[in-house]
Amino acid sequence: MKRRNRAVVTESSQLFTFTRRAMVLGGFQGLLGAALAGRMAYISIAENERYKLLSESNRVQLRLIPPRRGWIVDRAGQPIAINRSDFRVDLIPDRLKEPDRIIAELTRLLDLPPDEVERIREELKHAAGYQPVPVAENLPFEKYAAVTIRQPELPGVAPLRSFSRFYPDGAAVAHLVGYVGTPNQEEYKKEGKAPLLITPGFKIGKEGVEKTMEMRLRGRPGAQRVEVTASGKLVRNLTTLQDKSGGTLPLTIDAGLQTFAARRLGEESGSVVVLDCLTGDILALASMPAYDPNSFTDGISRNEWKMLSDDERKPLLNKALNGLYPPGSTFKPMVAMALLQAGIDPKARVNCPGGFQLGNRFFRCLGRHGPMTMHTAIARSCNTYFYAMGRRAGIDVISAMGKRLGFGEKFDIPVVSQNYGTMPSAEWKKARYERSAKLVERPDWTESDTLNTSIGQGFVIVNPLQLAVMSGRIASGRDIQPNLLQRRRPAPAALPFPKEHFDTVRAGMWEVVNGAGTAGRSRLETPGIEMGGKTGTAQVRRITGGQRGQSGAWKYRDHGLFVCFAPTASPRFACSVVIEHGMGGARAAAPVAKDVLTYLFDKPRALEALAKFEEQWGGTLDERMERRAQSWLAAAKAAREGGPGGSAGAGD
Amino acid sequence: MGLAFVPAPVATLPWRMLGIVTALGMAGVLGLYSAAGGFMMPWALPHLIRFLVFLGLALALSRIRPQTFHDLAFFAYGGGILLLILTLMLGVIGGGARSWLELGFVRIQPSELMKPIIVLTLARFYAHVPPAEIRRLWAMWPLALILLPPLLLILLQPDLGTMMLIVLNTIALMFLAGLPLSWFIGGALAVGAALPVVYSFLLPHQQDRVLIFLNPETDPLGAGYHLTQSKIAIGSGGVFGKGFLNGTQSHLNYLPEQHTDFIFSAIAEEWGLIGGCVLILLFFLLLRWGMGVALEAKGRFERLAAAGLTLTIFFYIAVNLMMVMGLAPVVGIPLPLVSYGGSAMLTVMICLGILMSIERSTKGEARR
Repeated sequence: MKRRNRAVVTESSQLFTFTRRAMVLGGFQGLLGAALAGRMAYISIAENERYKLLSESNRVQLRLIPPRRGWIVDRAGQPIAINRSDFRVDLIPDRLKEPDRIIAELTRLLDLPPDEVERIREELKHAAGYQPVPVAENLPFEKYAAVTIRQPELPGVAPLRSFSRFYPDGAAVAHLVGYVGTPNQEEYKKEGKAPLLITPGFKIGKEGVEKTMEMRLRGRPGAQRVEVTASGKLVRNLTTLQDKSGGTLPLTIDAGLQTFAARRLGEESGSVVVLDCLTGDILALASMPAYDPNSFTDGISRNEWKMLSDDERKPLLNKALNGLYPPGSTFKPMVAMALLQAGIDPKARVNCPGGFQLGNRFFRCLGRHGPMTMHTAIARSCNTYFYAMGRRAGIDVISAMGKRLGFGEKFDIPVVSQNYGTMPSAEWKKARYERSAKLVERPDWTESDTLNTSIGQGFVIVNPLQLAVMSGRIASGRDIQPNLLQRRRPAPAALPFPKEHFDTVRAGMWEVVNGAGTAGRSRLETPGIEMGGKTGTAQVRRITGGQRGQSGAWKYRDHGLFVCFAPTASPRFACSVVIEHGMGGARAAAPVAKDVLTYLFDKPRALEALAKFEEQWGGTLDERMERRAQSWLAAAKAAREGGPGGSAGAGD
Repeated sequence: MGLAFVPAPVATLPWRMLGIVTALGMAGVLGLYSAAGGFMMPWALPHLIRFLVFLGLALALSRIRPQTFHDLAFFAYGGGILLLILTLMLGVIGGGARSWLELGFVRIQPSELMKPIIVLTLARFYAHVPPAEIRRLWAMWPLALILLPPLLLILLQPDLGTMMLIVLNTIALMFLAGLPLSWFIGGALAVGAALPVVYSFLLPHQQDRVLIFLNPETDPLGAGYHLTQSKIAIGSGGVFGKGFLNGTQSHLNYLPEQHTDFIFSAIAEEWGLIGGCVLILLFFLLLRWGMGVALEAKGRFERLAAAGLTLTIFFYIAVNLMMVMGLAPVVGIPLPLVSYGGSAMLTVMICLGILMSIERSTKGEARR
């Protein structure tokens, strides 16, 4: 056995073993040294390129400079949306180490209200990676500086000087231009995760023209190559590529008129559309109540959002484009055009005994007008005349004329959405019935459908822009297309109808305001300028038991509508006013239209009238909006704190 | 020596070895000067002062006869154990382990000092085991008695890196002492089987380090960060380096622990492959000198002590360099003489001092 060898171990053999084994270990050391040198050579020669690149990408960071957004101006170059220098503070979730301590510190430094702190915490929870969470914007320099000097002890906090969007006219242009905001997850993904979209301070259009004209307004970002330390601290700038600001976007809007219209709507819920009836340029597109787009730019609080979305007057809805109403009697000028087209003599008389008998149904008129011609029927809004004549002309002529004058039409304007409503016809009803039998009870067109359509009720629904277009097309006799962007366009062609037809209808509309008509109280006071118009009252719910929507809860009252043009001698402007639940066109809508048109011809007089109204309402638009927000907040707070029964607000 | 006027104590100094050591120390000063962004503070100057003081200590140790170290080995061992116990009771926590002892003016790491002490103790033990007995299994039990207390105390801190180095050192010493080869092969197999068990005893951050060492790309920003950034520093330096004071990995703080464990990467980034190879070569020359001392030494204690102390230095260097090049997990072992930090340098200087003492005694006997 080998073990026997053990006895042979002597001191000399032990020395021999030591020497041999020490040589082995020494050789091992040499080998390892060579291996290490080899490994190092491999890393620094074979992989040199790769590691050089990694080292550079460590050292150099490409920082995007968000481009300055293009201005939006009105037809005269007056600014509607501009940029203001802005000090802001953001949080970068990836770099944030102790969110609680840092949020507490920021709350102290910036006096953040509890509402905001809650929002920041909420957004941090859902934030991903480098997408910044805004802490505060529009900071005074002192607060901004207070954060900046403490930045080393606040990892993840990014103070930044940038530009923020400012709308001088505030709520008056809200629905028209929309607002801008920090891109959200979907928008970021939609643009292929473009790094620009997560650059702190960068905003994109979220609504209105800001959204639809985004690419023109955005501009090209600049870039800065900077050297940064591992903790993200900037060491120096290497190279800078200037950004290219977005282009200025001139609209056809008259900013003064737009603001005036918005203010004149006052406490009502409604819209005003003013067109240049020779070119189709949209001069005003106001919808009230509205939100303040400036507060949306800073990121809106949950409270603010709740206040807006709970409001029954729907401040978030652009009523001029997305509000759909039965046109009521404002439909009649168009129907009159159709009757003339069908060859009906405008002088022919229809006797109004207070309604029209069709089979065993009686269709009511608002009065007993006696014998009516087309002229007087328009002036006094006699339903009986339009029932009788509409029935004679038939739905096909009426439907074709309605479409020709803009109803049911979706216009080519840069807006986020238009609800274009319905101009019914026999085919439409059939198709509609096949899709769903809910709204339409039977597939075939009936005479009572024709009668209802003739007075703008029944299936007809339109938006205020369409009403203004109808008014403008009748006023000028031209096939105008509404237009929001200033651009060179061919003059609109004339509509293929005889001049006499237009004259007849315009004369009727002149009579409405200036003669024995329904809107006599709203004639223009400016000497030498007259307006023609047509009132309308649209039922919100079916009339039962003769009760009209003239009383009761606000939301069941009738809508008041008015379409008009001026001057009647040589029409230049067309306008539509819709006052939701205003109870009547003559009562609610026509006075607004009168002041808006007066503004175009006689500014001081219009402003004087407005000043009186605003005194009545209790302050300017901004003051009233602010006061309403305060009282809403107070009420919400009271409900949260005091509600013993556990009100809805208590769940926050 | 042709220069007769040079006094004998100076002339007999091992100048070649002192040159190598000084070159390494100065490489450390340069690296630390650059790591601080071109300043002597806070690292380069203390490092320089420490280097000079400890070199003086080493030279002082070299005047002591090896026999004295032999005689004092067991006392030193006792003192070392005492310090380790004190550390566990009063120690300061640093880097997840209670391994530092605050002595008012300095902080020391007793587990570091324990390395040469254990080498001396084992050398003395094997010097006294009769040659005939050394291959017997029962010669193992005093060994276990010597090793277990310090290992347990260090494990309790827990400072796994140091413990592993001591174990490796001991195995190498047993190998040199002439224990049967088959034991080492069998032991290696047993360790391989036991690895998973050891793994389960590691602290979470240590487990992470092992896992990430095995696959560093999985966590480039977390625990793999050290390895990745170290390789980037070495790799981006290329053959000639980015130039003194031009390292970006180090100056922009991407390279962690650049003044201690990763000093080699910081130097390699600025001085390139050439600088790195010069450092490796200097270390190789130092170790060759140490092994040479061991091979020429006369007594068995001297031989084993010299080889063991050289291996102590070797394991420092090997583990650190393998770590920075991504060949070993990140264990927190500094690069001797170059890295900032007193305890490791003190340990290495003690080793070198005793080695010089053994060399002196060998040469003296040869002259006699």
